[in-house]
Amino acid sequence: MRNIWTIAKREYDNYFNSPLAYVVAFSVLLPMGIYFSLIMWVSSQQAMMGGPAPESAPINWLFVFLMIFLSPALTMRLVSDEARMGTLELLLTAPLRDFELIAGKWLGALLFVLSLAALTLIFPIIINNYVSPGIDWMVILSSYLGMILISAALLSLGTGISAIFTNQFAAFFVTLGLFFFLWFMVSLPASYLQEGGDVLNYLSLSTHFSQSMNNGTINLGDIVYYLSLIALGLFAGTTAVEIRRWR
Amino acid sequence: MIKVSGLTKDYGTRRAIQNLTFDAQQGEIVGFLGPNGAGKTTTMRILTGYMPPTDGEALVAGYDVVQESLEVRKRVGYLPETVPLYTDMIVFDYLKFMGNLRKIPNVDARVDEVLDMVGLFDRADGYIGNLSKGMRQRVGLAQALLHRPEVLILDEPTIGLDPGQVVEVRELIREIGKERTVLLSTHLLNEAQNICDRVLIINKGKIVAEDTTENLQARLIGAERVVLRVRGEADDLAKTIKQVKGVQGVETKPDGSVEFEFASGKDVRPEVAKQVITSGYDLIELRPLGMSLEEIFLELTGSEPKKK
Repeated sequence: MRNIWTIAKREYDNYFNSPLAYVVAFSVLLPMGIYFSLIMWVSSQQAMMGGPAPESAPINWLFVFLMIFLSPALTMRLVSDEARMGTLELLLTAPLRDFELIAGKWLGALLFVLSLAALTLIFPIIINNYVSPGIDWMVILSSYLGMILISAALLSLGTGISAIFTNQFAAFFVTLGLFFFLWFMVSLPASYLQEGGDVLNYLSLSTHFSQSMNNGTINLGDIVYYLSLIALGLFAGTTAVEIRRWR
Repeated sequence: MIKVSGLTKDYGTRRAIQNLTFDAQQGEIVGFLGPNGAGKTTTMRILTGYMPPTDGEALVAGYDVVQESLEVRKRVGYLPETVPLYTDMIVFDYLKFMGNLRKIPNVDARVDEVLDMVGLFDRADGYIGNLSKGMRQRVGLAQALLHRPEVLILDEPTIGLDPGQVVEVRELIREIGKERTVLLSTHLLNEAQNICDRVLIINKGKIVAEDTTENLQARLIGAERVVLRVRGEADDLAKTIKQVKGVQGVETKPDGSVEFEFASGKDVRPEVAKQVITSGYDLIELRPLGMSLEEIFLELTGSEPKKK
């Protein structure tokens, strides 16, 4: 456990050594900020005519949507770059289990995303100040739990893919392709199928956030889905490192 | 401390090392001598738990490198050949990170201590990327020493260092080797002679000779070869040298220099020098020719082809 933390902490600190962290933070916070301002402006116009209060759900959805494109950039070099630079040799000869290495890398990336998510809490706080009697914080809690789980799942898959490749750009594009597939494409044939459409819908990333946790509904099925993806990514990464040893 | 038997490693169809058997005791510095691609790094990677062997067994500090890999890794300090480092990290932070992975108590104090040992105390706050190759080598060495390992495995520890640093690092290794087991690889014969108690010569994945440095030296160097050069024309130089008693195998080289041999222990260089000068030549060079590794291999494989 302590090993995982040691790896995670170095990885977290390392994000701030490169421009990558700032680029990702900028690419998340700027669109969210613009979108938020837009929503506030539109609802303030509508409020005069008795329109609905602004919600934070669309903003949180944007965070998750941006993560599909940006999280591969956060995970691409986690293991692949260590392999390319040769530093993996030091980690693999340190008293550290392969799983601890992968889990630490993943946790480091997750901590960075959690920091980003914490910054976005400013949006519901602002909304809360403008609407009476305030917003439903339980919905926000559910929404953030969903954001964290989906990010954790994406980062886990990304870490696993990074462990397979020695070239970080290969890792980036494969990860991005996988996320694209899971978010947009896997459920496309569902409506044309007689049977099995439910399975495809269950596999889709988007169905487990937009229509459930982001609206305050926490399903066991959704949580199991995310936890399975996290386990799959970490398992794939650990296996990839073990295979590297045997080559 | 290190016990290796029948160790074999294949990379695909290529056999990197074949049936290696050797051991190393506590307080012993064992040198792995061989040309590039002989299998030194492969053997070391197996001993550090980096990768498993295809066949055979290796025990380090009493633990099996495959079955009890984590126990082995706790007790081994390793300096890989390429000295991989995080160039965007600060020296102190890097060593602290490695120390935390090794769960060293009081890690800050220990990092300072090790930095002092390798002479990098004043560079602790600098980025690793800004260090010279020699300094990086010493950061790598510091990392290997951090946890006071029982066994130290160093892959070409003095490569890329300047001569002064080479002396320092060798001194450090000798000091460590008094209590701990050190296995180091090198392709420099004089380095092996200089610091190792025992030398394993490895070629094409097999051990071709194993002996103490003194024995090996005595066996290898039956005769010493010297090159001699004078200023200007030296047509009869070879003839002049041949007159000295004990001189053998005189040979004139195309560049005008003359090489000769004398039996080990019967140094005739003073007599040769006198002879050359009294014959009216201006002596400008009289230098022993070191044996190259290739010559040693020829010597070894020629003299004992049936060594098991």
